[in-house]
Amino acid sequence: MKRASLRPIRVSKKWLYVPLICMAVFYLIPLYIMLITGFKSFDEISLKTMWDLPRGLHFDNFFAAFEKLAPSLWNSFSMVIPAAILSSVLGSLNGFVLAKWKFRGADIIFPLILFGMFIPYQSVLIPLVQFMKAIHISGLPGLVMAHVIYGIPITTLTFRNYYASLPQELLEAARMDGADMLGVYRHILLPISAPSFVVVLIWQFTSAWNDFLFAVVLTGNTQWPVTVALNNMAGSQIIAWNVQMAGSLLAALPTLLVYIFLGRYFLRGLLAGALKG
Amino acid sequence: MFRNKDRYLSFLLVSPSILAILIFVYGFIAWSIRVSLSKWKGLSPDYTWAGLENYLSFFSDPRFSVDVRNTIVFTLVFVIGSILLGLLLAVMLDQGLKGESFFRSLFLFPMAISYIVTGIVWRWLMNPATGTRISGFNLLFHYLNLDFLINNWHTTRTWGIAAIALAAIWQMSGYTMAMYLAGLRGVPQELREAAQIDGANEIQILRYIVLPLLSPITLSALIILGHMSLKVFDLIIAVAGKQLPLDVPAIYMWQLTFDGLFYGRGAALGILLLISVAILIIPYIGYTLKAEAKQ
Repeated sequence: MKRASLRPIRVSKKWLYVPLICMAVFYLIPLYIMLITGFKSFDEISLKTMWDLPRGLHFDNFFAAFEKLAPSLWNSFSMVIPAAILSSVLGSLNGFVLAKWKFRGADIIFPLILFGMFIPYQSVLIPLVQFMKAIHISGLPGLVMAHVIYGIPITTLTFRNYYASLPQELLEAARMDGADMLGVYRHILLPISAPSFVVVLIWQFTSAWNDFLFAVVLTGNTQWPVTVALNNMAGSQIIAWNVQMAGSLLAALPTLLVYIFLGRYFLRGLLAGALKG
Repeated sequence: MFRNKDRYLSFLLVSPSILAILIFVYGFIAWSIRVSLSKWKGLSPDYTWAGLENYLSFFSDPRFSVDVRNTIVFTLVFVIGSILLGLLLAVMLDQGLKGESFFRSLFLFPMAISYIVTGIVWRWLMNPATGTRISGFNLLFHYLNLDFLINNWHTTRTWGIAAIALAAIWQMSGYTMAMYLAGLRGVPQELREAAQIDGANEIQILRYIVLPLLSPITLSALIILGHMSLKVFDLIIAVAGKQLPLDVPAIYMWQLTFDGLFYGRGAALGILLLISVAILIIPYIGYTLKAEAKQ
């Protein structure tokens, strides 16, 4: 009887593929345009044929775009990697203390840290620039510093939620064996923190890579990360559309690859950002 | 079980971070407020007291009213669009179809891309040219015999900002989908089965059982997306640069400060933006932490 009642529903569910595939097409359109335009040769570029597939795979646009963007891609990598690592380490230490070793006032400090994740950076931009000038830190090191510090709230939150979910007995057992606080962190928590580190590293990598606002105030043109360089390239009239599309794809590729291979962890970071561990 | 040494050490471990947040968030906000109350105009700092002058200047500033209007239109289109689309996608993906994880990854991938890349590609897609120079979505509509859909996109008078919100929906609806999917997974199977036994059909179960249980998620999505739309900046810059009809507070703050050197007014606008975000976010943080403490 159960089977009979479920059957009509099953049949109708197949129709869901129609809207799902339509939506998939919609989500893929920008990627499709980036790819086909990037692979077209210069003489194939015409408004009339912009939706058509290229007549062959031409890598010239990618070479041309890479030549223009290579220094800024390098700047992005050299800024994003230390920023992601540093803010993750700080987040892990903070998360550990705020979840398991609360000192007096910890319950007030945590929401104050969290608020830092949501502020519009326009409200700290003028002091940030003045401060960097005053301490004579400019360009990429200043950008790394900004990403590390403004990354602390989300990394702290992610680690705190993870450590808070671990049973207290785990820690108590280690303390019975004579471990002190740092020992508990090093020998008990750190070895099982790898998944959270992946979540946080990916999140910080992606958001620092994609950042535009800090980059544009804190760096000059030799130190521009790729978002700023790409935006300027796209703003200039002399660079052909197919090179711009190839450049956009190059700029998006590192984070896209991270997403394709580590999407599961990316999703967890995303949900943590909405304060939902 | 905590020894004094450990308490001391635990505070030592977090103090660099706390100090950094104290300076870079709260110290800088205080500093911005001070700048916003000054007459600072030009390259060198000038902290001469100006009272609320800079704040009051926005009330008679026509550009600011364009910004407020654009922010409202953008927020409405972006937030409602992302929530409806995200919910729809999540409900469809929750039906246990084959290929679910493929679709889920596909709908989420724009989240990994920067607003700058999204903006550059969408500018190409939303090309408003007509006649022989027609291209982008308009050309696609023409191919599909949907000529009535051809429009001026972000160059549409007064409503252009809504076209930017479409690009933002493309980018962020995967996020709401992910939030709703997480919520749908939390709806107990017994509830659905019980309703089924009582004779409810799929639509009724969705309407009367599932959707009410998802309302906390809708609240989160409203707040998170709402605060994002108050801050929108990169996407508009990448699609259209700094054009008055598409102006928003974040861009105006930028131009006042770094192009116009009106530091006092720029800081005041930054603080106004902060206040509007804080009104949304502070109760949300309080509510979330309280809910967590209850568990």
